[in-house]
Amino acid sequence: MDALLLSLRLALCVSAILLAGGLPLAYWLAYSNWRGKFLLEAVVALPLVLPPTVLGFYVLLAMGPRGPLGKLWQVFFGHGLAFTFEGLVLASVLYSLPFAVQPLIASFESVDRKLLDASAVLGAGRLRTFWRVILPLSIPGVVTALVLSFAHTMGEFGVVLMVGGNLAGVTRTVSVDIYDHVQSLEYAEANRMALVLLAISFVVLSVVYAVNRQVGRQIGRRLWTPWAAN
Amino acid sequence: MDTLGSELNAAMLTVRVRMERLRAGSLPFLLDIFAKVPPGITILFGPSGAGKSTVLDCIAGLACPDAGRIATGEAVLFDSQAAVNCPPQARHIAYVFQTLALFPHMSAEENVAYGLDGLPREQRAARVEEILNAFRVEKLRRRRPAEISGGERQRIALARSLVAQPRVLLLDEPLTGLDAKLKGAIIDDLRAWNAARRIPILYVTHSREEVDALGERVIAMDHGHIVSEGTPMEVLEAPRRKRLAQAAGFENLLNGTVADLREADGVMRVRLNESVCELEVPLGFAVAGDRVHVAIRAGDILLATSQPQGLSARNILEGSIVALETRGTLVRARVDCGVGFIVHLTPGAARTLELTPGCRVWLVLKTHSCHLVEE
Repeated sequence: MDALLLSLRLALCVSAILLAGGLPLAYWLAYSNWRGKFLLEAVVALPLVLPPTVLGFYVLLAMGPRGPLGKLWQVFFGHGLAFTFEGLVLASVLYSLPFAVQPLIASFESVDRKLLDASAVLGAGRLRTFWRVILPLSIPGVVTALVLSFAHTMGEFGVVLMVGGNLAGVTRTVSVDIYDHVQSLEYAEANRMALVLLAISFVVLSVVYAVNRQVGRQIGRRLWTPWAAN
Repeated sequence: MDTLGSELNAAMLTVRVRMERLRAGSLPFLLDIFAKVPPGITILFGPSGAGKSTVLDCIAGLACPDAGRIATGEAVLFDSQAAVNCPPQARHIAYVFQTLALFPHMSAEENVAYGLDGLPREQRAARVEEILNAFRVEKLRRRRPAEISGGERQRIALARSLVAQPRVLLLDEPLTGLDAKLKGAIIDDLRAWNAARRIPILYVTHSREEVDALGERVIAMDHGHIVSEGTPMEVLEAPRRKRLAQAAGFENLLNGTVADLREADGVMRVRLNESVCELEVPLGFAVAGDRVHVAIRAGDILLATSQPQGLSARNILEGSIVALETRGTLVRARVDCGVGFIVHLTPGAARTLELTPGCRVWLVLKTHSCHLVEE
């Protein structure tokens, strides 16, 4: 049960951070005219194609006692970053970044530019236009971003193993726990955890689709999903 | 009179804009205009692609000209020499787009109140109330744009743009797709609203009917330039450019060469290409040997089945009917006089003259029905 609670806590933290950081990042990627934008887009999408072990490996190096992040953390907090919950959060944020940012970009980009022009002519600055026009019309994208980053973090394995290790209550997430049980041939235990994970995932996704359908009907826009033809 | 004059000046919109745009896969486009828009409705007329919407975008601050100056009365919105470029938020210019761009997630009331952000709540409510009443949409306040009919949406878009009491109103073909009656009713409400405020309204359209219906000052544009200005009669009856002639509904647009000028008579003769036909047209800006176009309305041409005599009209061309088609209350005759002409007549006239294809006919054209068109 510890492992499950830890995974939930991790997924909540990561989703919250990704929403807070993903909104400005996605806004910039959607509306900037900077020529080198494609480079940042590629960086954001990198975790989609990179094996989790590769990502985990480099994050681990960076967070280690001699890595830049690890050193910085040591200075501010007096302890290292590797094999801690905070380290796990950081690695998971990087790993789930595209799952949060890409739905946001897609929904920002699909907001009719004429609405933004209208907002500007009516006296609204960028920030007000974002809160009153872009964001409300992108609610389906925001919900998708939250759910995908939550679900993706809940299910991650390789990165956790590389960066977090396997410390009960600190970094042993539910997927690692299941793996451990299977390794020690405790199939009943593994099955119990796996079923809980399956149930949670299904309920979350069902709620999201139901909410999205309702919201989408109201504002006349559809849910963005990475697997739907856009 | 003096105070009235300065009031007019205070509200006058002056636009001097020069802007070069390189469009992928087509010729470079140069927009170069100077216009003064007094209070009241001014129509900006021209074929699509003439640069009308770009002019509006420049005025609203959504596009940035390479050079020029845009001002409403004393307030300078853009001046390339003084490096002034007000952002659209600070220009106080109302702009109704062709697509209206109402916010789909807001009610009509919320849409209208959007431009009144800085105001205290009660004042905002009062202003929204007033403008919804002025455009007769107070009953729709709680509805979203998707739940409202086309004409009502246009009224709400107008109310939204005008509620903040702008200096200028820009309308980019806002009434396309509405029938003439509905259009007229909306325009009447707009005129009533503007009667007290007297702001300049720039109304963009490519439709000749709208120009006739609104019947006010017209600025005609083509290829990024102003080609004529004046009343609808002046602008539509004497087009100076070929594309504009097509837009203004001149069915006959003929190529020719100026044969000679008869300045004493105020006329010149134009020989039409690939024929021996000659037309006498009013003296224009051309000299002998120039290649010109002549635009003639199909409805301005008389048709006779025997050679006419004793007429004041100077141009009588002999030819034969190639085809006749009836379109509602109009018969369209194609006549070959060495060059092809299109002539409109009524079904009754076509019956009385017993016109059939192959019939020998004479076309009668008054000199002043032949309009010289610049290349």
